[in-house]
Amino acid sequence: MLTKRIIPCLDIKNGRTVKGVNFVDLRDAGDPVVLAKQYAEQGADELVFLDIAATLENRGTTLDMVLRVAEQVNIPFTVGGGITSVAHVDALLKNGADKVSINSSAVKRPELINELADKFGSQCVVVAIDAKEVEGEWYVHLAGGTIPTDIKLFEWAKEVEERGAGEILFTSMNHDGTKAGFANEALATLSNLLNIPIIASGGAGNVQHFVDTFREGKSDAALAASVFHFGEIPIPELKKELKKQDIEVRI
Amino acid sequence: MKLVIINYGAGNIKSIQFAFKRLGVDAILSNDPKEIETADKVIFPGVGEASSAMKMLKESGLDKLIPKLQQPVLGICLGMQLMCLHTEEGDTEGLGIFQTKVKRFSDAVKVPQMGWNVIKDLKSDLFQGIKENEYMYLVHSYYAEHCDETIAATDYQINYASALQHENFYGTQFHPEKSGAIGSKILENFLKL
Repeated sequence: MLTKRIIPCLDIKNGRTVKGVNFVDLRDAGDPVVLAKQYAEQGADELVFLDIAATLENRGTTLDMVLRVAEQVNIPFTVGGGITSVAHVDALLKNGADKVSINSSAVKRPELINELADKFGSQCVVVAIDAKEVEGEWYVHLAGGTIPTDIKLFEWAKEVEERGAGEILFTSMNHDGTKAGFANEALATLSNLLNIPIIASGGAGNVQHFVDTFREGKSDAALAASVFHFGEIPIPELKKELKKQDIEVRI
Repeated sequence: MKLVIINYGAGNIKSIQFAFKRLGVDAILSNDPKEIETADKVIFPGVGEASSAMKMLKESGLDKLIPKLQQPVLGICLGMQLMCLHTEEGDTEGLGIFQTKVKRFSDAVKVPQMGWNVIKDLKSDLFQGIKENEYMYLVHSYYAEHCDETIAATDYQINYASALQHENFYGTQFHPEKSGAIGSKILENFLKL
Protein backbone atom coordinates (compact mmCIF):
# COMPACT_ATOMS: atom_id res chain seq x y z
CA MET A 1 0.00 0.00 0.00
CA LEU A 2 1.11 3.54 -0.71
CA THR A 3 2.24 5.09 2.56
CA LYS A 4 1.52 8.48 4.07
CA ARG A 5 4.56 10.73 3.82
CA ILE A 6 6.34 12.74 6.50
CA ILE A 7 8.15 15.77 5.10
CA PRO A 8 10.45 18.09 7.05
CA CYS A 9 10.68 21.56 5.54
CA LEU A 10 13.96 23.49 5.68
CA ASP A 11 14.02 27.25 5.23
CA ILE A 12 17.07 28.34 3.27
CA LYS A 13 18.76 31.71 2.96
CA ASN A 14 21.90 32.12 0.86
CA GLY A 15 22.36 28.37 0.79
CA ARG A 16 22.15 27.99 4.59
CA THR A 17 19.44 26.75 6.91
CA VAL A 18 17.94 29.72 8.72
CA LYS A 19 15.47 28.61 11.33
CA GLY A 20 17.12 27.60 14.54
CA VAL A 21 17.70 23.93 14.43
CA ASN A 22 18.32 22.01 17.55
CA PHE A 23 19.69 18.69 16.54
CA VAL A 24 22.16 17.11 18.84
CA ASP A 25 25.50 15.89 17.56
CA LEU A 26 25.49 17.96 14.41
CA ARG A 27 28.72 19.54 13.37
CA ASP A 28 26.96 22.23 11.39
CA ALA A 29 23.22 22.60 11.80
CA GLY A 30 23.26 25.47 9.34
CA ASP A 31 24.39 23.22 6.52
CA PRO A 32 21.34 21.99 4.61
CA VAL A 33 23.24 18.94 3.38
CA VAL A 34 24.12 17.78 6.89
CA LEU A 35 20.53 18.27 8.03
CA ALA A 36 19.07 16.60 4.97
CA LYS A 37 21.22 13.53 5.49
CA GLN A 38 20.20 13.38 9.13
CA TYR A 39 16.51 13.55 8.22
CA ALA A 40 16.91 10.89 5.53
CA GLU A 41 18.53 8.59 8.08
CA GLN A 42 15.73 9.24 10.57
CA GLY A 43 13.16 8.06 8.05
CA ALA A 44 11.86 11.27 6.48
CA ASP A 45 10.09 10.33 3.25
CA GLU A 46 10.91 13.50 1.37
CA LEU A 47 12.37 16.92 2.03
CA VAL A 48 11.31 20.41 1.05
CA PHE A 49 13.82 23.25 0.78
CA LEU A 50 12.23 26.66 0.77
CA ASP A 51 14.45 29.52 -0.36
CA ILE A 52 12.90 32.27 1.74
CA ALA A 53 15.15 35.05 0.43
CA ALA A 54 15.29 34.05 -3.20
CA THR A 55 16.56 36.74 -5.53
CA LEU A 56 18.09 36.70 -8.99
CA GLU A 57 21.47 37.45 -7.44
CA ASN A 58 21.58 34.46 -5.10
CA ARG A 59 20.09 31.97 -7.56
CA GLY A 60 23.53 30.44 -8.16
CA THR A 61 24.01 29.81 -4.44
CA THR A 62 20.74 27.91 -4.27
CA LEU A 63 21.59 25.90 -7.38
CA ASP A 64 24.88 24.96 -5.79
CA MET A 65 23.09 23.86 -2.61
CA VAL A 66 20.67 21.74 -4.66
CA LEU A 67 23.60 20.04 -6.36
CA ARG A 68 25.24 19.27 -3.02
CA VAL A 69 22.01 17.87 -1.58
CA ALA A 70 21.43 15.69 -4.66
CA GLU A 71 24.98 14.41 -4.37
CA GLN A 72 24.55 13.15 -0.84
CA VAL A 73 20.88 12.50 -0.14
CA ASN A 74 19.11 9.38 -1.37
CA ILE A 75 15.48 10.43 -0.87
CA PRO A 76 13.42 12.80 -3.03
CA PHE A 77 13.42 16.52 -2.43
CA THR A 78 11.49 19.57 -3.58
CA VAL A 79 12.86 23.08 -4.00
CA GLY A 80 10.68 26.17 -3.73
CA GLY A 81 10.95 29.92 -3.40
CA GLY A 82 11.21 32.60 -6.07
CA ILE A 83 10.69 30.27 -9.02
CA THR A 84 9.13 32.15 -11.94
CA SER A 85 10.37 30.59 -15.17
CA VAL A 86 10.77 27.37 -17.11
CA ALA A 87 14.50 28.05 -17.46
CA HIS A 88 14.92 28.35 -13.70
CA VAL A 89 13.11 25.04 -13.15
CA ASP A 90 15.23 23.41 -15.83
CA ALA A 91 18.38 24.47 -13.97
CA LEU A 92 17.03 23.19 -10.62
CA LEU A 93 16.05 19.81 -12.06
CA LYS A 94 19.36 19.49 -13.90
CA ASN A 95 21.12 20.06 -10.59
CA GLY A 96 19.22 17.13 -9.10
CA ALA A 97 16.00 18.50 -7.57
CA ASP A 98 13.16 16.01 -7.96
CA LYS A 99 10.34 18.51 -7.81
CA VAL A 100 9.86 22.23 -7.68
CA SER A 101 7.27 24.15 -5.75
CA ILE A 102 5.73 27.33 -7.14
CA ASN A 103 3.36 29.64 -5.30
CA SER A 104 2.90 33.37 -5.98
CA SER A 105 4.29 33.09 -9.50
CA ALA A 106 1.55 30.58 -10.36
CA VAL A 107 -1.13 32.94 -9.10
CA LYS A 108 0.35 35.84 -11.05
CA ARG A 109 0.75 33.78 -14.22
CA PRO A 110 -1.20 30.50 -14.06
CA GLU A 111 0.11 29.41 -17.50
CA LEU A 112 3.42 28.71 -15.78
CA ILE A 113 1.84 25.54 -14.35
CA ASN A 114 0.95 24.31 -17.86
CA GLU A 115 4.37 25.19 -19.21
CA LEU A 116 6.17 23.30 -16.44
CA ALA A 117 3.86 20.28 -16.63
CA ASP A 118 4.25 20.08 -20.42
CA LYS A 119 8.01 20.38 -20.35
CA PHE A 120 8.95 18.38 -17.27
CA GLY A 121 5.84 16.33 -16.45
CA SER A 122 3.25 16.87 -13.74
CA GLN A 123 5.16 14.67 -11.32
CA CYS A 124 7.70 17.39 -10.61
CA VAL A 125 5.29 20.32 -10.33
CA VAL A 126 4.11 21.08 -6.81
CA VAL A 127 1.86 24.09 -6.45
CA ALA A 128 1.97 25.59 -2.97
CA ILE A 129 -1.13 27.42 -1.85
CA ASP A 130 -1.25 29.64 1.23
CA ALA A 131 -4.78 30.44 2.27
CA LYS A 132 -6.66 32.03 5.12
CA GLU A 133 -10.22 31.48 6.25
CA VAL A 134 -12.13 34.74 6.59
CA GLU A 135 -15.77 34.59 7.68
CA GLY A 136 -16.20 31.02 6.53
CA GLU A 137 -14.51 31.47 3.14
CA TRP A 138 -10.93 30.47 2.28
CA TYR A 139 -8.89 33.02 0.31
CA VAL A 140 -5.51 32.55 -1.36
CA HIS A 141 -2.69 34.70 0.02
CA LEU A 142 0.59 35.62 -1.65
CA ALA A 143 4.18 36.31 -0.64
CA GLY A 144 4.35 33.89 2.26
CA GLY A 145 0.77 34.60 3.26
CA THR A 146 1.26 38.34 3.70
CA ILE A 147 -0.78 39.62 0.72
CA PRO A 148 -4.47 38.73 0.55
CA THR A 149 -6.24 38.14 -2.77
CA ASP A 150 -9.90 37.65 -3.65
CA ILE A 151 -9.12 34.26 -5.18
CA LYS A 152 -11.06 31.46 -3.53
CA LEU A 153 -9.00 28.50 -2.38
CA PHE A 154 -11.09 25.64 -3.77
CA GLU A 155 -11.59 27.27 -7.16
CA TRP A 156 -7.89 27.96 -7.45
CA ALA A 157 -6.96 24.43 -6.33
CA LYS A 158 -9.22 22.97 -9.02
CA GLU A 159 -7.65 25.20 -11.66
CA VAL A 160 -4.17 24.25 -10.48
CA GLU A 161 -5.02 20.56 -10.94
CA GLU A 162 -6.54 21.13 -14.37
CA ARG A 163 -3.47 23.04 -15.48
CA GLY A 164 -1.31 20.03 -14.70
CA ALA A 165 0.06 20.30 -11.15
CA GLY A 166 1.13 16.92 -9.78
CA GLU A 167 0.60 17.80 -6.15
CA ILE A 168 -0.69 20.58 -3.90
CA LEU A 169 1.05 21.83 -0.79
CA PHE A 170 -1.63 23.54 1.24
CA THR A 171 -0.72 25.83 4.12
CA SER A 172 -3.44 27.29 6.30
CA MET A 173 -2.45 30.74 7.56
CA ASN A 174 -4.99 30.28 10.36
CA HIS A 175 -3.13 27.23 11.61
CA ASP A 176 0.50 27.93 10.70
CA GLY A 177 2.61 28.51 13.79
CA THR A 178 -0.21 27.68 16.22
CA LYS A 179 0.87 24.09 16.93
CA ALA A 180 -2.84 23.36 17.38
CA GLY A 181 -3.26 20.92 14.51
CA PHE A 182 -3.68 21.04 10.73
CA ALA A 183 -6.65 22.58 8.85
CA ASN A 184 -8.27 19.18 8.44
CA GLU A 185 -11.69 20.32 7.29
CA ALA A 186 -10.28 22.33 4.37
CA LEU A 187 -7.76 19.57 3.64
CA ALA A 188 -10.49 16.93 3.43
CA THR A 189 -12.49 19.18 1.11
CA LEU A 190 -9.42 19.56 -1.12
CA SER A 191 -8.77 15.84 -1.08
CA ASN A 192 -12.36 15.05 -2.08
CA LEU A 193 -12.43 17.75 -4.73
CA LEU A 194 -9.14 16.87 -6.41
CA ASN A 195 -7.51 13.71 -7.67
CA ILE A 196 -3.88 14.65 -7.01
CA PRO A 197 -1.98 14.21 -3.73
CA ILE A 198 -2.38 16.89 -1.04
CA ILE A 199 0.38 17.81 1.40
CA ALA A 200 -0.86 19.30 4.68
CA SER A 201 1.15 22.16 6.12
CA GLY A 202 0.75 24.48 9.06
CA GLY A 203 -0.22 23.63 12.61
CA ALA A 204 1.75 20.52 13.57
CA GLY A 205 2.27 20.49 17.34
CA ASN A 206 2.08 16.89 18.44
CA VAL A 207 1.89 13.34 17.14
CA GLN A 208 -1.90 13.20 17.29
CA HIS A 209 -2.08 16.14 14.86
CA PHE A 210 -0.41 13.96 12.23
CA VAL A 211 -2.80 11.10 12.93
CA ASP A 212 -5.72 13.51 12.59
CA THR A 213 -4.59 15.06 9.33
CA PHE A 214 -4.11 11.66 7.72
CA ARG A 215 -7.43 10.36 9.03
CA GLU A 216 -9.79 13.36 9.15
CA GLY A 217 -7.93 15.62 6.73
CA LYS A 218 -7.42 12.78 4.23
CA SER A 219 -3.96 14.24 3.57
CA ASP A 220 -1.47 12.22 1.57
CA ALA A 221 1.54 13.78 3.25
CA ALA A 222 2.25 16.10 6.16
CA LEU A 223 4.88 18.78 6.24
CA ALA A 224 6.32 20.46 9.31
CA ALA A 225 9.35 22.47 10.31
CA SER A 226 9.90 23.46 13.91
CA VAL A 227 8.55 20.31 15.60
CA PHE A 228 11.17 18.36 13.69
CA HIS A 229 14.00 20.91 13.84
CA PHE A 230 13.77 21.33 17.59
CA GLY A 231 13.48 17.62 18.18
CA GLU A 232 10.02 17.99 19.71
CA ILE A 233 8.76 15.16 17.55
CA PRO A 234 11.47 12.72 16.49
CA ILE A 235 10.49 11.19 13.14
CA PRO A 236 11.12 7.54 14.17
CA GLU A 237 8.76 7.91 17.14
CA LEU A 238 6.18 9.72 15.05
CA LYS A 239 6.16 6.93 12.49
CA LYS A 240 6.00 4.24 15.16
CA GLU A 241 2.93 5.91 16.68
CA LEU A 242 1.28 6.36 13.27
CA LYS A 243 1.78 2.70 12.54
CA LYS A 244 0.35 1.79 15.94
CA GLN A 245 -2.74 3.79 15.02
CA ASP A 246 -3.07 1.82 11.76
CA ILE A 247 -1.79 4.52 9.47
CA GLU A 248 0.42 3.10 6.73
CA VAL A 249 3.93 4.53 6.95
CA ARG A 250 7.38 3.47 5.79
CA ILE A 251 9.48 2.27 8.70
CA MET B 1 33.47 -0.63 -15.20
CA LYS B 2 32.11 1.63 -17.89
CA LEU B 3 28.64 2.77 -16.94
CA VAL B 4 26.71 4.97 -19.35
CA ILE B 5 23.51 6.83 -18.50
CA ILE B 6 21.68 7.55 -21.73
CA ASN B 7 21.26 11.30 -21.92
CA TYR B 8 18.51 12.06 -24.41
CA GLY B 9 17.15 15.13 -22.71
CA ALA B 10 14.70 13.43 -20.40
CA GLY B 11 14.50 14.00 -16.72
CA ASN B 12 16.58 14.18 -13.63
CA ILE B 13 19.62 12.13 -14.52
CA LYS B 14 21.86 13.87 -12.02
CA SER B 15 20.27 11.87 -9.18
CA ILE B 16 21.09 8.61 -10.94
CA GLN B 17 24.65 9.72 -11.60
CA PHE B 18 25.07 10.72 -7.95
CA ALA B 19 23.55 7.46 -6.70
CA PHE B 20 26.22 5.51 -8.60
CA LYS B 21 28.90 7.91 -7.44
CA ARG B 22 27.94 7.04 -3.87
CA LEU B 23 28.63 3.43 -4.89
CA GLY B 24 32.04 4.45 -6.20
CA VAL B 25 31.23 4.36 -9.91
CA ASP B 26 31.56 7.42 -12.14
CA ALA B 27 28.85 7.17 -14.75
CA ILE B 28 29.18 8.80 -18.16
CA LEU B 29 26.23 10.81 -19.46
CA SER B 30 25.98 10.34 -23.21
CA ASN B 31 23.71 9.96 -26.22
CA ASP B 32 26.60 8.92 -28.45
CA PRO B 33 25.84 5.44 -29.89
CA LYS B 34 29.54 4.48 -29.71
CA GLU B 35 29.77 5.32 -26.02
CA ILE B 36 26.56 3.42 -25.30
CA GLU B 37 27.51 0.34 -27.33
CA THR B 38 30.90 0.02 -25.65
CA ALA B 39 29.56 0.41 -22.10
CA ASP B 40 29.60 -2.49 -19.64
CA LYS B 41 26.27 -1.38 -18.23
CA VAL B 42 23.66 1.03 -19.51
CA ILE B 43 21.04 3.05 -17.64
CA PHE B 44 17.99 4.20 -19.59
CA PRO B 45 16.35 6.93 -17.51
CA GLY B 46 13.26 8.91 -18.24
CA VAL B 47 11.02 11.36 -16.53
CA GLY B 48 8.41 13.39 -18.31
CA GLU B 49 5.90 12.65 -21.01
CA ALA B 50 6.11 9.44 -23.08
CA SER B 51 5.47 10.68 -26.62
CA SER B 52 7.94 13.56 -26.39
CA ALA B 53 10.55 11.28 -24.80
CA MET B 54 10.04 8.77 -27.61
CA LYS B 55 10.38 11.57 -30.16
CA MET B 56 13.73 12.53 -28.64
CA LEU B 57 14.87 8.89 -28.81
CA LYS B 58 13.93 8.68 -32.47
CA GLU B 59 15.67 11.93 -33.35
CA SER B 60 18.93 10.54 -32.05
CA GLY B 61 18.39 7.06 -33.49
CA LEU B 62 18.50 5.56 -30.01
CA ASP B 63 15.17 3.81 -30.58
CA LYS B 64 17.00 1.45 -32.95
CA LEU B 65 20.12 1.10 -30.84
CA ILE B 66 18.67 0.31 -27.40
CA PRO B 67 16.83 -2.93 -28.31
CA LYS B 68 20.06 -4.30 -29.85
CA LEU B 69 22.23 -3.77 -26.79
CA GLN B 70 23.84 -6.94 -25.43
CA GLN B 71 25.05 -5.72 -22.03
CA PRO B 72 22.78 -5.29 -18.96
CA VAL B 73 20.42 -2.34 -19.48
CA LEU B 74 18.30 -0.85 -16.70
CA GLY B 75 15.31 1.30 -17.60
CA ILE B 76 14.01 3.45 -14.78
CA CYS B 77 10.46 4.83 -14.50
CA LEU B 78 9.49 6.21 -17.93
CA GLY B 79 12.57 4.42 -19.30
CA MET B 80 11.00 1.11 -18.30
CA GLN B 81 7.63 2.13 -19.75
CA LEU B 82 9.21 3.06 -23.09
CA MET B 83 10.75 -0.43 -23.24
CA CYS B 84 7.23 -1.93 -23.35
CA LEU B 85 5.07 -2.46 -26.45
CA HIS B 86 2.85 0.56 -26.08
CA THR B 87 1.83 3.21 -23.57
CA GLU B 88 -1.49 4.99 -23.31
CA GLU B 89 0.40 8.17 -22.51
CA GLY B 90 0.25 10.12 -25.78
CA ASP B 91 -0.76 6.81 -27.47
CA THR B 92 2.93 6.01 -27.90
CA GLU B 93 4.52 2.93 -29.48
CA GLY B 94 7.34 1.66 -27.29
CA LEU B 95 10.59 -0.16 -28.05
CA GLY B 96 8.86 -3.54 -27.70
CA ILE B 97 11.49 -5.13 -25.45
CA PHE B 98 9.00 -6.11 -22.73
CA GLN B 99 5.89 -7.87 -24.03
CA THR B 100 3.40 -5.79 -22.10
CA LYS B 101 1.40 -2.59 -22.33
CA VAL B 102 1.33 0.50 -20.18
CA LYS B 103 -2.00 1.90 -19.00
CA ARG B 104 -3.19 4.84 -16.94
CA PHE B 105 -4.37 4.39 -13.36
CA SER B 106 -8.10 5.01 -13.09
CA ASP B 107 -9.41 7.99 -11.18
CA ALA B 108 -10.53 5.64 -8.41
CA VAL B 109 -7.15 6.50 -6.89
CA LYS B 110 -5.11 9.69 -6.77
CA VAL B 111 -3.00 10.09 -9.88
CA PRO B 112 -0.01 10.25 -9.92
CA GLN B 113 0.83 7.63 -7.36
CA MET B 114 3.43 9.58 -5.45
CA GLY B 115 5.46 8.22 -2.58
CA TRP B 116 6.68 4.99 -1.02
CA ASN B 117 5.07 1.65 -1.73
CA VAL B 118 6.24 -1.94 -1.34
CA ILE B 119 7.60 -4.30 -3.99
CA LYS B 120 6.86 -8.02 -3.68
CA ASP B 121 6.94 -11.36 -5.54
CA LEU B 122 10.56 -10.62 -6.35
CA LYS B 123 12.28 -12.90 -8.82
CA SER B 124 15.51 -11.71 -10.38
CA ASP B 125 19.21 -11.35 -9.63
CA LEU B 126 18.46 -7.66 -9.53
CA PHE B 127 16.84 -8.27 -6.14
CA GLN B 128 19.59 -10.45 -4.67
CA GLY B 129 19.50 -9.95 -0.89
CA ILE B 130 16.39 -7.75 -1.03
CA LYS B 131 13.54 -8.89 1.20
CA GLU B 132 9.91 -8.99 0.12
CA ASN B 133 7.83 -5.88 0.87
CA GLU B 134 10.63 -3.34 1.03
CA TYR B 135 9.58 0.26 0.35
CA MET B 136 10.54 1.96 -2.89
CA TYR B 137 9.89 5.50 -4.09
CA LEU B 138 7.46 5.78 -7.01
CA VAL B 139 6.03 8.69 -8.98
CA HIS B 140 3.86 7.69 -11.91
CA SER B 141 0.45 7.97 -13.53
CA TYR B 142 0.84 4.97 -15.84
CA TYR B 143 1.66 1.35 -14.96
CA ALA B 144 2.85 -1.76 -16.82
CA GLU B 145 0.45 -4.68 -16.87
CA HIS B 146 1.71 -8.02 -15.63
CA CYS B 147 3.33 -10.37 -18.12
CA ASP B 148 5.75 -13.33 -18.08
CA GLU B 149 8.56 -10.84 -17.64
CA THR B 150 7.29 -9.42 -14.33
CA ILE B 151 9.98 -9.61 -11.65
CA ALA B 152 8.29 -7.44 -8.99
CA ALA B 153 4.72 -6.47 -8.21
CA THR B 154 3.12 -3.52 -6.44
CA ASP B 155 -0.46 -2.72 -5.45
CA TYR B 156 -2.03 0.63 -6.27
CA GLN B 157 -5.62 0.45 -7.42
CA ILE B 158 -4.61 -2.86 -9.03
CA ASN B 159 -1.68 -5.26 -8.81
CA TYR B 160 0.83 -4.28 -11.51
CA ALA B 161 4.39 -4.97 -12.67
CA SER B 162 6.75 -2.65 -10.81
CA ALA B 163 9.80 -4.33 -12.36
CA LEU B 164 10.39 -6.30 -15.56
CA GLN B 165 13.19 -8.37 -17.04
CA HIS B 166 13.77 -9.77 -20.50
CA GLU B 167 17.19 -11.38 -20.92
CA ASN B 168 19.74 -8.56 -20.43
CA PHE B 169 17.04 -5.88 -20.17
CA TYR B 170 15.76 -4.79 -16.77
CA GLY B 171 13.22 -2.16 -15.88
CA THR B 172 12.00 -0.68 -12.63
CA GLN B 173 8.95 1.54 -12.26
CA PHE B 174 10.33 2.74 -8.93
CA HIS B 175 13.34 5.02 -8.54
CA PRO B 176 16.12 2.99 -6.90
CA GLU B 177 18.29 6.12 -6.92
CA LYS B 178 15.77 7.83 -4.62
CA SER B 179 14.81 4.84 -2.47
CA GLY B 180 17.29 5.10 0.37
CA ALA B 181 19.67 2.29 1.30
CA ILE B 182 17.54 -0.49 -0.20
CA GLY B 183 17.33 1.30 -3.53
CA SER B 184 21.06 1.73 -3.47
CA LYS B 185 21.47 -2.01 -2.90
CA ILE B 186 19.43 -2.68 -6.06
CA LEU B 187 21.72 -0.41 -8.08
CA GLU B 188 24.68 -2.24 -6.59
CA ASN B 189 23.12 -5.53 -7.68
CA PHE B 190 22.73 -4.16 -11.19
CA LEU B 191 26.42 -3.29 -11.30
CA LYS B 192 27.23 -6.90 -10.37
CA LEU B 193 25.09 -8.48 -13.13
